[in-house]
Amino acid sequence: MKIHLPNSAYLGNIDPFLRSFDNKDANKLEITSNPKWISLHPVALSMVAALGLSCNPESIQCDNLEATSKHYLKRMGLFDLLGLKTRIEIEEHEPAGRFIPLTQINSNENLTDFITEMIPLLHLKPEQVEPIRYILSELTRNVFEHAESSIGAVLCAQYYLKSNTIRIGIVDRGVGVKSTISSAHVARDDAAALRLALTPGITGTTHRIGGTDYNAGAGLFFIKSIAKVNRDFFMIYSGNAMYKLLKTRGDGPIKLHGDPFRDNHSLSEDLPLWQGTAVGVDINLDNREEFALLLKLISETYSKSVKERKKQIYKKAKFI
Amino acid sequence: MTEIKLFKKTGSFAENKDVAREIRVNQIVPSLEKGEEVILDFKDIDSATQSFIHALVSELLREYGSEVLDRISFKNCSETVKSVVNIVVDYMQI
Repeated sequence: MKIHLPNSAYLGNIDPFLRSFDNKDANKLEITSNPKWISLHPVALSMVAALGLSCNPESIQCDNLEATSKHYLKRMGLFDLLGLKTRIEIEEHEPAGRFIPLTQINSNENLTDFITEMIPLLHLKPEQVEPIRYILSELTRNVFEHAESSIGAVLCAQYYLKSNTIRIGIVDRGVGVKSTISSAHVARDDAAALRLALTPGITGTTHRIGGTDYNAGAGLFFIKSIAKVNRDFFMIYSGNAMYKLLKTRGDGPIKLHGDPFRDNHSLSEDLPLWQGTAVGVDINLDNREEFALLLKLISETYSKSVKERKKQIYKKAKFI
Repeated sequence: MTEIKLFKKTGSFAENKDVAREIRVNQIVPSLEKGEEVILDFKDIDSATQSFIHALVSELLREYGSEVLDRISFKNCSETVKSVVNIVVDYMQI
């Protein structure tokens, strides 16, 4: 496999990074980079780490990283996580960065510990923490419940002072959304599976609208909606398809939709196959809605959408 | 009347669905089966995920019907916890 770290790969311009991924020869990984500067969204970094974790350290080649910002990879823990030796030096006492380094989580217990210990590293106000830990918790539990990922979940997050934004990436190398959703619904391709996975009340654990005692089919819809209400990016990439919620412009009221294809979005269906799922979210801390109010708004759309869907599939007895 | 204090099992952020299911199966359901009323005390819990509350109460609504809400009380809830409880209770009655 080959993956190239470009000059810039954030959710708004991540498509070329994804297209450049070469998934041939899954036992080897070659990481190359822009020679001058690399600047990556946490989801891009988490993808690189997840690929590396699928290989033996001896099969990973990343000797030719020349970019002056390559120390970022070291600071985010990429080389340590992959068991790679590197000559890249960083100052031991750098100012406390507002970031969560690359972390591999394999169990529910790990996740609870992670949320307790790592979220404080972001040095946020209590009200700013709420959506972030909510997103991290729900997305990571999704991996355990649905992905069957041999490496568990790989995640990291970073606070960007200039834009006052938290960027989060969570990645797995599991069965992918299409396989999970297809256990209970018909999805003809990866894009159709993403659409279903983002629709309220749809879960891969049952064909029943509204889910089971353990899964409501609400997790991804809630997270996409948190990004939407905050007018931010959200992306999910699985198989050959990527759905990207685009930023909502202007100051007008936000309208949530049960069907993700009714949101302002882009859809790519011909990307290199990603075995598993990668999710990226941006949360701007300037225009954050009060979390309880935000949940109320999301809830109204969830209920309306589930109601409509139940009505669509409701059949009357036929008397002849 | 059974009062179940959740904080000891969940911490200040209630998000572990396995814990929620364990509380439901081992504490809430046996109390309801005995005909008792149940108080779920969220003291010191500042937030909860929809998944947690769903795993805690959705099956009760499915099994006993919405009348079960006459026998369960939610105590010391923060605004966020109240919102999440309302979300689950609402969509379970659609």
